[in-house]
Amino acid sequence: MHELPVMNGILRVVMKHAAMNRVTKVAAIQLRVGKLSDLEEKWMQHYFDYLTQGTVADGAKLEIEWGDVVMRCAGCDREFTTEPHTEAFGICPHCKGKGGKILSGKEYYVKNMVAL
Amino acid sequence: MSDNVRLIEVKENILDDNEKVAAALRARLKEEKTFLVNLMASPGAGKTSTVIQTTARLKEAFNIGVLEADIDSMVDAEKVAATGITAIQMRTGGFCHLDASMVGDGLDAIGSQDFDLILLENVGNLVCPAEFDTGSALNAMILSVPEGDDKPLKYPLMFSVCEVVLINKIDTCEHFDFDRARFEEGVKKVNPSCTLFDISCRTGEGIDAWVAWLKERTKAHNA
Ligand SMILES: Nc1nc2c(ncn2[C@@H]2O[C@H](COP(=O)(O)OP(=O)(O)O)[C@@H](O)[C@H]2O)c(=O)[nH]1
Ligand SMILES: [Mg+2]
Repeated sequence: MHELPVMNGILRVVMKHAAMNRVTKVAAIQLRVGKLSDLEEKWMQHYFDYLTQGTVADGAKLEIEWGDVVMRCAGCDREFTTEPHTEAFGICPHCKGKGGKILSGKEYYVKNMVAL
Repeated sequence: MSDNVRLIEVKENILDDNEKVAAALRARLKEEKTFLVNLMASPGAGKTSTVIQTTARLKEAFNIGVLEADIDSMVDAEKVAATGITAIQMRTGGFCHLDASMVGDGLDAIGSQDFDLILLENVGNLVCPAEFDTGSALNAMILSVPEGDDKPLKYPLMFSVCEVVLINKIDTCEHFDFDRARFEEGVKKVNPSCTLFDISCRTGEGIDAWVAWLKERTKAHNA
């Protein structure tokens, strides 16, 4: 369900840049999606294909890079990368402190697009 | 890459647009002295019950409005309106969350400037609402005991964006193996400064403490 509004947002950005650059066909879109997102690659492409029918982005392939979750430890103030949905999630590797502030890992970022 | 293939730099975060609208709403509500609370939870966790318990205790102190966004249902708005509180049902068109522009429409419809406190019942779901800033001054979530103590680990984003978490249905603790300490540890992992309240909308336990806290926050915002 959530894929649709997110993919719509991506399409809006893509269409804007396609118009600015007078693109006639978008072949691929390079995204960075934070690992805290619950979206699945397969479904993202599926919804995107549905939304782009008849547009310049029809058939464009989504190339997704998953962005790490980075936190700042509440105990020692150092930054660390942590893997969601694992036992070690949120545990600072420096001081073993449990938790802190999430600095990144929730982005939906359109990096580049490959156009014809 | 062949000559006719171009790489176009985009560098845009798709949530930026929503965040801009949300920031503008927050500024507007600050100006209007209206404290907007975004209530998030799973379906059935007790959002509507909490709204009713909370407004019943604060309606002497504040002019309170309620925005209901449960998917395609008038029931919650009617339930709240039956207690004498102004409530309107927002149209989410089956969306899994509210974005800031939908909330802006809801605030216009209810006439936000006339209220000191507006409670927004977001769509029941622990995933999507966490990603979309509604323009509220306070994000609050309700986790009910039967849902289990492992939810912060499964939905870290939701717990990271809420300043306060209400543990509802505390009256049912004896029937579930809910480990209160494990739950709190999970919340603090992604949100060390989060405030927790144990409440029961059934027995009324703990509601006064939450309401006292909310009252102070509302006054501080509107001062
Ligand atoms: N035992 C118990 N049941 C509750 C409590 N709070 C809500 N409920 C019940 O849980 C169900 C869902 O509550 P509701 O407020 O509609 O949840 P919402 O879907 O999040 O708005 C209703 O049957 C409520 O009566 C509570 O503290 N204890
Ligand atoms: Mg409800």
